[in-house]
Amino acid sequence: MIKLETPLTEQSVRDLHVGDTVTITGRLYTGRDSVHHRIHEGTKPPVDLKGQIIYHCGPVMVKEGDQWVCKAAGPTTSSREEPYQFEVMRDYGIRGVIGKGGMGEKTLNACREYGAVYLHAIGGAAQVCAASIKRVDGVDWMDLGSPEAIWHLWVEDFMAIVTMDAHGQSLHKNVFEESRTRLAALKA
Amino acid sequence: MTATAPLRDVSADPALFQTLLELIRRTSTQLPDDVVRAVTSARKDEAAGSNAEVALNVIGCNIGLARESSLPLCQDTGTILFYVHTPVAYDQIEFEEVATEAVRRATKLGYLRQNSVDSVTGKNTGDNTGPGSPVFHFHQWREPHVEVKLMLKGGGCENMNAQYSLPHPDFGGRDLKGVENAILDCILQAQGQGCGPGILGVCIGGDRGSGYGYAKEQLLRTMEDTNSEPALADLEQRIVEKANQSGIGPMGFGGKTTLLACKIGTQNRLPASFFVSVAYMCWAYRRRGVVVGAEGEAREWLY
Repeated sequence: MIKLETPLTEQSVRDLHVGDTVTITGRLYTGRDSVHHRIHEGTKPPVDLKGQIIYHCGPVMVKEGDQWVCKAAGPTTSSREEPYQFEVMRDYGIRGVIGKGGMGEKTLNACREYGAVYLHAIGGAAQVCAASIKRVDGVDWMDLGSPEAIWHLWVEDFMAIVTMDAHGQSLHKNVFEESRTRLAALKA
Repeated sequence: MTATAPLRDVSADPALFQTLLELIRRTSTQLPDDVVRAVTSARKDEAAGSNAEVALNVIGCNIGLARESSLPLCQDTGTILFYVHTPVAYDQIEFEEVATEAVRRATKLGYLRQNSVDSVTGKNTGDNTGPGSPVFHFHQWREPHVEVKLMLKGGGCENMNAQYSLPHPDFGGRDLKGVENAILDCILQAQGQGCGPGILGVCIGGDRGSGYGYAKEQLLRTMEDTNSEPALADLEQRIVEKANQSGIGPMGFGGKTTLLACKIGTQNRLPASFFVSVAYMCWAYRRRGVVVGAEGEAREWLY
């Protein structure tokens, strides 16, 4: 288990390899489809993303009094951000993405070129993830709707597995190739 | 099938409202026992210390946490699908209104995420209502009572659904071999993106619309049931065995558990068409049901 604290340094990210289990403490910003689309269209993000991790997540948030409370917050499918993630990594210096299902070649190249990693949380495990979220410190772009907004989360020991690293390795690519070969041999 | 979503005083029918609200809460927070059994049993198949084992352990832990804290198993509380059987002459319009109110309340209480977005403007209605949301499938029957089944199907797995038209150069002809190869392709393409280990509902036949609808209805069957049609029972078993030899594993991390079950039904088709429709369900397979008594009270919980 490797402990990470945000913001991440380039070195700490380049030290990671596919298969490593990490726990993250510090700030996470959620950002999914609409956020990536908006940034990609040219709007500057409302927060400084340098060294930060973007969490592909649309949480369940409920306002209790004047405080937002996170009721559930697992990862969403990352492949939908594939058209945008490269530029967001390049232009705003994010060092990591947490999501599920992995991403493609373009993002893998950005990870290698700019020093970033893809961290896989356990899809559907919204309560395990939420248990690591200690505070909700703010929110931006609520006009996108609650699941699509940028939530400022403070997490402690948020667990994830490195499935794409800064060395050009992708667990997803390997598993796809292997399963394609195996299923071809099992064809009816 | 589309909610009209009127604002309505539900005090006229508080028992039914409470029953449906409780149905939503249970569905969102408590995985059915048959699914829990399947997930639990899969844990022993994965290598100790593997990422696959880690994934299944976290899933097991999550199932317990959600139940204990009465919070959503998964933050994507999905498409809200009501399957309702009603006696002849039962007021389905009123049921739809009460159920829609229950959905609004469940959203406010955090059992459901705000999940209904205008497809052109991108505006979230904030209460899970709007055109096509929630979804109602009504069927009349000659029983004297109302039976409600509710499925919450997340977008991650819904995006992995696939529909094939046979014959196809890669999969084969209009026979069960062609069907089998098409289903295996769906599993390959989905990898871990549908939050596997998954459960498949499949429809052979129908048209493009009814095929997907019936494929989803197969997911109302329990994990352990056996198809009454022997050829389909064999195919269901074979699909699971082959999927679990693919090496995709939980979350696509690699491993032995790719699929927990496959349920196949058939609809007649046109001579010109042969569709295979596959509904991919994630491990967070949320379906519950209730038999509603004459006063709107919960008479029996299903699953």
